[in-house]
Amino acid sequence: MNRIGGKWIILAIMVIAVIVPQVVTNKYYMNILIMSGIWSIVALSLNLILGYTGQVNLAHGAFFGIGAYASALMMLKLNMNFWLALPLAAAIAGFFGFLIGLPALRTRGSYFAIGTLCFNIIVTLIVDRWEGLTEGARGLMGIPGPSPIPLPWGGEITFKTMATQYYLVLGFLLLTIFVLRRIIQSLVGRTFRAIRGNEELAEAVGIHAMRTKLLSFTVSCFFAGVGGVLYASYIGFLSPEITDYHVSFDALIYIMIGGVGTMAGPIIGTLLFVTIPETLHIAAEFRLLLYGLILIVMIIYLPRGIVGWVKDLRGRKGKQEVSWEQS
Amino acid sequence: MGAILTVQGLTRFFGGLAAVMDLSFEVQSGEILSLIGPNGAGKTTVFNLITGTLLPTQGKVLFQDHEITGSRPYETTVLGVARTFQTTSLFYDETVVDNLIVGYRCRTRMGFWDALFQTGRSREDERRCRQKAEEILEFIGLRERGAELARNIPQESQKRLAIALALVTEPKLLLLDEPVGGLTEEENISMMALIQKVQTRGISILLIEHKMKVVMNISDRIVVLNYGQKIAEGSPQEVGRNSAVIEAYLGAGYSET
Repeated sequence: MNRIGGKWIILAIMVIAVIVPQVVTNKYYMNILIMSGIWSIVALSLNLILGYTGQVNLAHGAFFGIGAYASALMMLKLNMNFWLALPLAAAIAGFFGFLIGLPALRTRGSYFAIGTLCFNIIVTLIVDRWEGLTEGARGLMGIPGPSPIPLPWGGEITFKTMATQYYLVLGFLLLTIFVLRRIIQSLVGRTFRAIRGNEELAEAVGIHAMRTKLLSFTVSCFFAGVGGVLYASYIGFLSPEITDYHVSFDALIYIMIGGVGTMAGPIIGTLLFVTIPETLHIAAEFRLLLYGLILIVMIIYLPRGIVGWVKDLRGRKGKQEVSWEQS
Repeated sequence: MGAILTVQGLTRFFGGLAAVMDLSFEVQSGEILSLIGPNGAGKTTVFNLITGTLLPTQGKVLFQDHEITGSRPYETTVLGVARTFQTTSLFYDETVVDNLIVGYRCRTRMGFWDALFQTGRSREDERRCRQKAEEILEFIGLRERGAELARNIPQESQKRLAIALALVTEPKLLLLDEPVGGLTEEENISMMALIQKVQTRGISILLIEHKMKVVMNISDRIVVLNYGQKIAEGSPQEVGRNSAVIEAYLGAGYSET
């Protein structure tokens, strides 16, 4: 029953998501939706290593930034096509994740969190100071948008309007959800959760913890890179702040509010946190203060986020929720 | 027969303290060997040295005549040495059956790309895991609790599940660290029956246990540790008569019961 109900809800959301640009013509709201989509990809990818694998990665801003800068540089300096730069930049972000993961994932718990946070600060510093490559604090300007896709029967798909940009981001959001779901629901995903549950026990049942964590981290960083590429080509401008650890904490907060270790949580958290402050015009200075306050309240009263809270409510109604793994 | 596990001159120092000192013993294929000794005698350290959680300062561990000294825990498990922990270790946030499914993961080969493209191998491996989990669930007597969260089942069931989680990895040698610790008299008996049932599957067992009634009943042989050194070895009767053991561990009153 619940499962079928859930499917209808997802279908309804999908239909709404597709129709939205036909109804909403206001550029301001479209912009918010596009940004929500990009940050959802980032939050979802962080959730893989943080929510499902239990490793608190605080360097997600760096991997987002590496993806963004890598694609921007390849497009600007090498005149590379967007559609080639996107997978390459994401792969570069993933590769950096792999390299950093090799030493960092040997540490556990708060040590991993601090280690990755340090890495993030280093990346931002390098982007800021390596002016020859990144233009430093002046930033990279004039990053081209996605190149048009030629159609076989003549004509082409362009990404000049808000609506097409929106569909582009929506497409990559769906791709991210699809890939992450496939992994999480597989035996590979089970090993991620085993490590989150008890790493020592996971090794005792024959799981190569290091290799498993490294896989999760690399995939997570790859999709952070995808988010970065979409951001760079949508905004058209990059400065070192976009690689900053604030980005990591923003993504962390979206996940915490929405629900750690759930598929819907990061998207719900992102939608709330990108739309509400924007529409209420809350001053940027108060934003972090507000985040902190909300986070404290959430951790005390709803430690499993909105999605976790809804699940608990359903459970209390007496409906024994059969785990979704059992098909 | 022959030895499935051979421990030779195993020594482990923690700082200046010898937790295990020049320890040698063998587990014969198919037997239940108990490792007993007072608190702090180094029993759990021996487990950690065998499984590779700790590296020995000196000495060798041979499993089926292959040296496994210094192997990582996941490697020894894949070779066929499974263990349980003194504090009942489970994936508490998962259901009982999901615990066992991930436990069989080490016997499957599907990887990231199989998961992404849902290849035949991926589906086949998931089917095998579920099948194996069901089989072990049946064997361990927890069938009706399969869909419950591991944290919500009674303590005795959790202890059974911990053994099941070791069994599902298809071990040839099973290391049990206090499987009846904290259980009632009645539960002791059913747990002993379970351990003997495991033995009849052809799995050799190395057991750490404090409850003497259980140890004396179930063991084929016993190795006694004190301060990291072996002070006696033999059948339950021999060990029970050994004056050094009585003095160090069993206490003068034991011979009366």
